[in-house]
Amino acid sequence: MGLLDQKLGQGGIIITKFEDLINWARLSSMWPMAFGTACCAIEFMSTQGTPYDLDRLGIVPRASPRQSDVMIVAGTVTFKMADRVRRLYEQMAEPRYVISMGSCSNCGGPYWEHGYHVVKGVDRIIPVDVYVPGCPPRPEALIGGLLKLQEKIKGESIVAPKAIENLLAKEA
Amino acid sequence: MTFEEIISKLKVEFGEEIILSTDENASPSCIELHADHLVETMQYLHQTEGLYFDALSCITGLDNGPETDTMEVIYNLYSIPCDHHLMVKVTLSRKEPLIDSLNSIWKTADWQEREVFDLFGIQFNNHPDLRRILLPADWEGFPLRKDYEHQTYYRGVKVAE
Repeated sequence: MGLLDQKLGQGGIIITKFEDLINWARLSSMWPMAFGTACCAIEFMSTQGTPYDLDRLGIVPRASPRQSDVMIVAGTVTFKMADRVRRLYEQMAEPRYVISMGSCSNCGGPYWEHGYHVVKGVDRIIPVDVYVPGCPPRPEALIGGLLKLQEKIKGESIVAPKAIENLLAKEA
Repeated sequence: MTFEEIISKLKVEFGEEIILSTDENASPSCIELHADHLVETMQYLHQTEGLYFDALSCITGLDNGPETDTMEVIYNLYSIPCDHHLMVKVTLSRKEPLIDSLNSIWKTADWQEREVFDLFGIQFNNHPDLRRILLPADWEGFPLRKDYEHQTYYRGVKVAE
């Protein structure tokens, strides 16, 4: 970053791809929604605290889905909560991303067999980008998940993907 | 007041047959009552000097399964001024689990009975607001019953693995 600061300081010009610029902006300010559904939320909160300091990644929790880019589903999702989770997700502006944090929201966790009230994986109600395993995952694991999401955003394209078209053209 | 003293006080007031059985090994010591005498006995336990059970700590539901064909409601009482405990059990028929509400004696019974209703489907007579408390209102069945089988889908989401 030091290098870039110096260039800008001298009034220089930076040339980059528009796509890279957009992706860089998005991955540098992934604002998660400040909400948690169970005990994973405690780990999510410690991740925001001083020792792990999510701010350094440009991750600042927002209190409204309309200002959020990332939904971190931190904890057990019950059927009663499922409607609310889905509504919150629908209220988020695109592009929006979902991190499923912990065993419960990944697959039902300890409730997978006898938990009549638990949705067996939040991906049954909303699409998930990154799954973070753990019960609950340590803050390091959640940061790992966020870095994974950054990687995913880095590879995104603002134009429609051509791979399938190319493949079809080749077969024809 | 000791357990024996509580029992003898009840027998003096209501007669010998009021207490169906006792269990001193339970913690706290337990008496079993008939469902018809529940409210008057509880009223007595609540307001009588020396007993003064002013706190209804907990209501538990219990399903003994279709073979036994009974359900139980278990009340845990505590007296703050006298510092003594008592457990009161009532056995109900499983086909028609029906019992009087204790909401008129202890206000806290309101939500506790709703929880028992929510999970076991035990009906409470004269309850001011008997509806589900934990599960969504459109949930089907009572999950803590032994023969409970959950619905396949709840609002379009698959329930089972």
